[in-house]
Amino acid sequence: MYDYSDFDEAFVRRRAAEFRAQVGRRIDGSLTEDEFRPLRLMNGLYLQLHAYMLRVAIPYGTLSSRQLRALATIAERWDKGYGHFTTRQNIQFNWPRLIDVPDMIDALADVHMHAIQTSGNTIRNVTADHFAGAAADEIEDPRPIAELIRQWSSDHPEFQFLPRKFKIGITGATADRAVTRAHDIGLRMVQDQAGTPGFEVIVGGGLGRTPLVGQVIRSYLPKDDLLPYLEAIVSVYNLWGRRDNKFKARIKITVFENGIEAMREAVEAEFEQRRRKFAGVSAEVLADIEHRFPQPALSPQGDGGLAAAKAADAALRSFVDTNVTPHRVPGYGIVTVSLKAHGATPGDATSDQMRAMADLADEFSQGEVRVSHEQNLILPHVRLADLPAVHARLKAQGLATANAGLLSDIIACPGMDYCTLATARSIPIAQGLATHFADLGLEQEIGALKIKISGCINACGHHHVGHIGILGLDRAGVENYQITLGGDATENAAIGDKVGPGFAYDEVIPAIERLLRAYLALRLSPAETFIEAFRRLGAGPFRAALYPDQVETDAA
Amino acid sequence: MARAFTPKVVTANALLEGDVVYLTARRTWSRSHADALLLTDEAEAAVRLLEASAQRDRVVGAYLADARPGPNGPEPIHFREVFRTRGPSNYRHGKQEATLAHV
Repeated sequence: MYDYSDFDEAFVRRRAAEFRAQVGRRIDGSLTEDEFRPLRLMNGLYLQLHAYMLRVAIPYGTLSSRQLRALATIAERWDKGYGHFTTRQNIQFNWPRLIDVPDMIDALADVHMHAIQTSGNTIRNVTADHFAGAAADEIEDPRPIAELIRQWSSDHPEFQFLPRKFKIGITGATADRAVTRAHDIGLRMVQDQAGTPGFEVIVGGGLGRTPLVGQVIRSYLPKDDLLPYLEAIVSVYNLWGRRDNKFKARIKITVFENGIEAMREAVEAEFEQRRRKFAGVSAEVLADIEHRFPQPALSPQGDGGLAAAKAADAALRSFVDTNVTPHRVPGYGIVTVSLKAHGATPGDATSDQMRAMADLADEFSQGEVRVSHEQNLILPHVRLADLPAVHARLKAQGLATANAGLLSDIIACPGMDYCTLATARSIPIAQGLATHFADLGLEQEIGALKIKISGCINACGHHHVGHIGILGLDRAGVENYQITLGGDATENAAIGDKVGPGFAYDEVIPAIERLLRAYLALRLSPAETFIEAFRRLGAGPFRAALYPDQVETDAA
Repeated sequence: MARAFTPKVVTANALLEGDVVYLTARRTWSRSHADALLLTDEAEAAVRLLEASAQRDRVVGAYLADARPGPNGPEPIHFREVFRTRGPSNYRHGKQEATLAHV
């Protein structure tokens, strides 16, 4: 794991002291809210529906056990004893008092964390494949590069007032678990003919009001050229990006309006200029980061009796089959710890659960925990032999739900239960779906399924790329939910299509049940997943299941 | 023709905790919607909002929200305002937590 340099430490401490003074001036009346608002947003502090909210960056979703314990303590001391993990691998505290926030930020700085650039029109927290450094399908761990990008983008003087926010996602694997095609810049590690790792650079992806799948602007970029190339993209965007209309200000619109060819040409020209100024600096810094990023020494081994333990314990078998992913080193597994117990709020973890995870990380996973954009926690390096012990400990904390990748493993934004931008609630829909299908006993039978719920058009809940997407809207003062089908967040990224009119709050769960019962009746075999069946059959039969009355009317 | 004015309350968030507050007839702030002053005159509503917004050391983001008279005082109309009177639906946090403590 990366360890802060003296420079990082001094920078974060300086910003913490600066923000403490700003909060003091707001409370004593020297600063108006209009003056204070941009300052608090630069430090991740929002004012939400019922309280302030502090959004803390978890760079590339990696936490040490020490950091996770500090988050647990912060939640307990200054919040309500829990934290909410988000689709951008951040953690949000929903109930801080303004006066306590400087102390919270100091406590974060103690463990090399901060809330800088988690808001505002800047380059946000860099997100990464949550299986990075552990996945069997990975070319290289992308996190040293992600750290390089974090350092470059933090307080970058040219990019503090971009036309709009800017999100970068990175993966080093073939399977895209980082939704790179829905980012302002997505980076997918690829190899050239000699096998040297570099990056495919994707630009102009994004969800929100105008969902667009990113386009490849450079099919292979050597690692050494990454920073000047990223800088070229962001600087072209900084000049070309629209500042006249907030809804057209993201780079996806810049790319869409100017065309990828014009964008590429301008970026390449700018890149030539910038590259000279970098002159090998990024390679030097990267070498230093890699040095500060020691990889755990794991030696291949057998399954340590796991097969026999699974045979003797059905709950363990189900957990291992559903929540454990193959590791690059034989004899190890990557454990997805679901924060989606049936009926729980997706992404929430109590302080006790965070501490339990930190203990498990120390004992069984090299002291490391990951946060996934799917709002789960990951123990990345667990010996297969230790899985029975890990499972038993998770069970005691209510963290052993065997539902990774299944129906109840739902992404849901905070929605109108917390967010000022929301137009409807998301969390109770997610809770209701999870418990309803658990009660029906259909979750296992339905199998792999991605349901994603957003409480407004901004799409923090990634509904556009859900196999089933649910978007909560306000229709004439009543909550109304639009359903989209066929979205995909992987390397085959696709935006789901709206299939018909929205549903009232109480109608959503019955509608999804009709849809999924139709899938069960239509699939060729249990091996054909919902999304595969949807692709084979098209929207027709699923639309008919969602809107049975409409079909009767049409037929009449 | 201009749309007829519908009754409003002045609401905001408290500066220190961020909790939802309502302007009362005594020009103080209450945590309870039922204590809010129901404004039925458009001009008075505009003046009260200006006064409220000027209290920048106490509240943030004051605005006018639709409301109607009820047996115990003004009641919210839009579901967003209803949620603001009690807190989130996934935990008994926010105002509903305080209500519990009093029971």
